[in-house]
Amino acid sequence: MTNFDLIVVGLGVLGAACADAATAAGLRVVAIERGGIGGGATAAAMGHLVAMDDDAAELALSSYSLRLWDEFADLPQAQFSRCGTLWVAREERELGIIEAKIARLESAGVAAFRVAADDLPRLEPALVAGLAGGMHVPADAVVYPPAIAQFLVTRAVSRGATLLQGRRVGALHAGGVALDDGSRLQGPTLLTTGCALGELLPRLALRARKGHLVITDRYPRTLRHQVLELGYAASAHGSDAASVAFNVQPRPTGQLLVGSSREFDSTSAAASLPMVRRMLARAIEFLPALRSLQVLRIWTGFRPTTADGRPYLGPVPERRDLWVAAGHEGLGVTTALGSARLLVDQLLGRTPAIDPTPFLPARAWQ
Amino acid sequence: MAEGYEVLVCGAGPAGLAAAQAAASQGVRVGLVDAQARPGGQVWRQDLRFGSVRAARRAIAAATGAVQWLGATQIVAAERGELLAERAGGAVRLRYERLVLATGARELILPFPGWTLPGVTGAGGLQALVKQGWPIAGRRVVVAGTGPLLLAVAAGLRKHGARLLTILEQAPAMRVRRFACSLAASPGTALQAMRLRFGSLGIPYRCGEFVVAAQGDARLQSVSIRTPRGLRQLECDQLAVGYGLVPNVELAELLGCRLDRSGPHAAVATDARLRTSISGVYAAGEVRGVGGAAAASIEGRIAGLAACGQEAAAARLAGLQQRARRFAARVARSFALDPRLRALASPETIVCRCEDVPLGALAGFDDGRAAKLATRCGMGACQGRLCGDILAALGRYPQPAAAAPLFPVRLSTLSEPMADSLTPTSTRGN
Amino acid sequence: MNRGDEVRLEVDGVAISVPDGANVAAAVARATSAFRRGVGGDPRGPLCGIGVCFECRVRIDARAHQRACMVLARPGMQVQTRG
Repeated sequence: MTNFDLIVVGLGVLGAACADAATAAGLRVVAIERGGIGGGATAAAMGHLVAMDDDAAELALSSYSLRLWDEFADLPQAQFSRCGTLWVAREERELGIIEAKIARLESAGVAAFRVAADDLPRLEPALVAGLAGGMHVPADAVVYPPAIAQFLVTRAVSRGATLLQGRRVGALHAGGVALDDGSRLQGPTLLTTGCALGELLPRLALRARKGHLVITDRYPRTLRHQVLELGYAASAHGSDAASVAFNVQPRPTGQLLVGSSREFDSTSAAASLPMVRRMLARAIEFLPALRSLQVLRIWTGFRPTTADGRPYLGPVPERRDLWVAAGHEGLGVTTALGSARLLVDQLLGRTPAIDPTPFLPARAWQ
Repeated sequence: MAEGYEVLVCGAGPAGLAAAQAAASQGVRVGLVDAQARPGGQVWRQDLRFGSVRAARRAIAAATGAVQWLGATQIVAAERGELLAERAGGAVRLRYERLVLATGARELILPFPGWTLPGVTGAGGLQALVKQGWPIAGRRVVVAGTGPLLLAVAAGLRKHGARLLTILEQAPAMRVRRFACSLAASPGTALQAMRLRFGSLGIPYRCGEFVVAAQGDARLQSVSIRTPRGLRQLECDQLAVGYGLVPNVELAELLGCRLDRSGPHAAVATDARLRTSISGVYAAGEVRGVGGAAAASIEGRIAGLAACGQEAAAARLAGLQQRARRFAARVARSFALDPRLRALASPETIVCRCEDVPLGALAGFDDGRAAKLATRCGMGACQGRLCGDILAALGRYPQPAAAAPLFPVRLSTLSEPMADSLTPTSTRGN
Repeated sequence: MNRGDEVRLEVDGVAISVPDGANVAAAVARATSAFRRGVGGDPRGPLCGIGVCFECRVRIDARAHQRACMVLARPGMQVQTRG
């Protein structure tokens, strides 16, 4: 068979979610992945399901997607842990923005609570003394993305999707794609390739933003929430300069996952010890207990990043039947499910649950 | 200004000690680093009660008098001509102009039902533990696996009062006898030959036999043994089982050295002068492929001389080195593993001990990385060394790639700015 | 080497003596065969003896995940197993 209702190229968590959503809508899908399912940024990701209010469009997409994530709370391989997020401020002056943040989150349906300085030790005993206060988002959670991607692909296949794993799309053509062996598949095509988008669609700019992660041995009950500094968003949405921000996650195994770093202009996947040093030094400022923990592993990942920080979700200009769902920076896991629905709704001409305008690829088409 | 070394030797076993001594004899500033508190590596590990063998004492004395001894120092990362290491007091940077990698090898232990019970150790593993005080007196020990190492282990355990029940050599009797006879050609191994042929240790030495399962409640209580004539049970307190050695290539790999992947386990590739593919980096001893202490000592000397530009002197040792390696190859052929040893594990048998991943969980994964992501195999504290060695030996996946940190390391070691100068531990090896 | 010298420490609150120069594994072995528990709860003890397998991890003076085979026993050490 070479004719499909949808050709999905790339099976990270985004592509997997799209293949799943498309088959759920009754489409005949072929899903193509040249490497391992969920083996790219998905495998490197923290798996933090987080409501971030810094960009209104992203908040709308996130809150929509977070409600969809509840479906996976009981899936064993998802390792879903509703630990909540605790945002902390070092300085009094950072607290000023919290009321506005809470208001924005609330209006998006996400409950958030101010935390006074005195209450921080009770909520998170390992935090350094003297923090100014913070914000608690109890519904946020942590999942294991590679297993989610695999589950979604398997579910899509069970609904009749064709899986071509270890196969590569060599080129796009007017009616579909050409595979590595020259054979052709016909049908509307969705690119969920993450950072590799430029290989097939160079006119939609996407940059790879390298991040580092460090994971420790098992220290259960050391940390209760995923904890970030309020300034994290500044790092995520900030300038091109290399930056680090405090971001530590308790994994269900009892290991602590320590992030986060951002830098452009590094194509090497090798860990940079100076960057790791910066990142860990920052983390220790908030969690001194980290100092004596054993680190088992360091790895890197590349966040697909657009110029305005919002993903591309929608049709590619000047093409018929070419779609993109890519460029999610650090919110790929959080928004995977919502992105998939948004994309499939557009594909089928259905009214999407949220306004797709901010995500349309046309805004960045060169 | 930072202190550094003209020649830094990683690993203080026979190869490292020889390299350090050879380099020091050329008048250069030499550092000798090892994660163990005392020099000697594994085969020359100092015995608490009985000290070291003469060759070890000589090598240690020759090396540590003239070099900077950096004991209890674990190398964890490499950046730009420097090694990042950890010791009890904090992190240190070791700068070098030339590097000799003498990181040795670790034991290969193939899984079988019950192998995770306390009381089951490596053969060299139990010897290492006993040399550092493990209570073995009066305990009933089965030594099993393959190679002349088993005899050395048994002898050492008996000196410490263990009750050696038997030595189980998986290689068939004919091959072992042929090997023993061939030893007459290699002076210095005659005693070993005698032991092999006449069982002068007084311990039953069985060929063509291997442990297929271990039993016990909370600890080892008995083992099942496959013999040419069927299965037998033996009650025991300790099982010391080893099926050969796996080179510790991780530091070399991290530095970018090309590896020889012709066998199931990687070794560091070198040219005839023991140069790796990275300029200024040499490799000697077991890390190049299992060759025994004699080959390691010779190669250490070659690498130490070569690292100081003494090409001619290094070249003069080539013949000796080749003979030693040929002997090692003969050992490897004589003690090649019975294929049945790769099939002892059942689907329920744990292969990743750190994360409790049974062999059966890996079915359907063609790719080690995919298997790891799905099952957690290799995500534990041993960083995939043990399960990686096993799965490579079983022909399932190649060993995983090395990455920093090379060993679990305190987070503060990775977070703190480096001290520029190194405080020496002591200049003597004890 | 003073063979007579003994090092006194505690393993799970029990006083243990080992020869000077012994490692913590030697001390723990005099108290219990289970150094730690695997993920599934089964007892584990040292396997490789040389610091590679991490099965001998114990808590030493409140610091978790120390390889008992790689640490020399020192007087007054407080060792905790999870056996």
